[in-house]
Amino acid sequence: MNVLIMQVALFVAQSFLAIAMLFCTYRMAVGPRAQDRVLALDGLYVCAMLQLLAFGVRTGNTLYFEAALIIGMLGFVATVALAKFLMRGEVIE
Amino acid sequence: MSVAYAEVPLWAAILSAAFILLGATLALIGAFGLARLGSFYDRIHAPTLATSWGAGGMVMGSMIFFTAAAARPVIHEILIGVFVTVTTPVTLMMLGRAAIYRDRSDNNPGIPPIVKSDRPSETDENRADA
Repeated sequence: MNVLIMQVALFVAQSFLAIAMLFCTYRMAVGPRAQDRVLALDGLYVCAMLQLLAFGVRTGNTLYFEAALIIGMLGFVATVALAKFLMRGEVIE
Repeated sequence: MSVAYAEVPLWAAILSAAFILLGATLALIGAFGLARLGSFYDRIHAPTLATSWGAGGMVMGSMIFFTAAAARPVIHEILIGVFVTVTTPVTLMMLGRAAIYRDRSDNNPGIPPIVKSDRPSETDENRADA
């Protein structure tokens, strides 16, 4: 019973997160401006992080938690650098 | 693969599944808003659903699952929740400021004018720490 509950919930959750990643990819491809693409990339990072967390629960392995943490950190740095670039035209002043 | 599922009690499986579904649903709603909303300043609000309770729900579900599976408190996932909660306002503030700066320099309509407030902005000539 609890095996079935976890399997169904994880399947539905991973499908939802995959659809969310598709929505973010659509916004990143369509634009229309650069800040929309950066925002969509940020959302894509977050969705990928949540996808890895769900995958960690699915496999019962805590290794994926560290990958999710690294994705979160890199996503933060990437979005800040891109926002800085959009504002100033350079990243490091 | 399903060995760990069988080890958790039923209440933990139900609770963990509910939190995981909540998190994934909120992430989906946030991404749907990101794809559907009209202007950038509307869209910038949508992904915060995924980063607040989306990440919170997934982290809670993961914590409950691993705590029940390992029969000891496993709370290192809370690092992700704290980190995402702290960093999202910073990134979205910077992105919003960059967007409004670009819109102002392009003279796009619908952008509020620069108000001379008591807080010195970066464009003030008498900036003290210049």
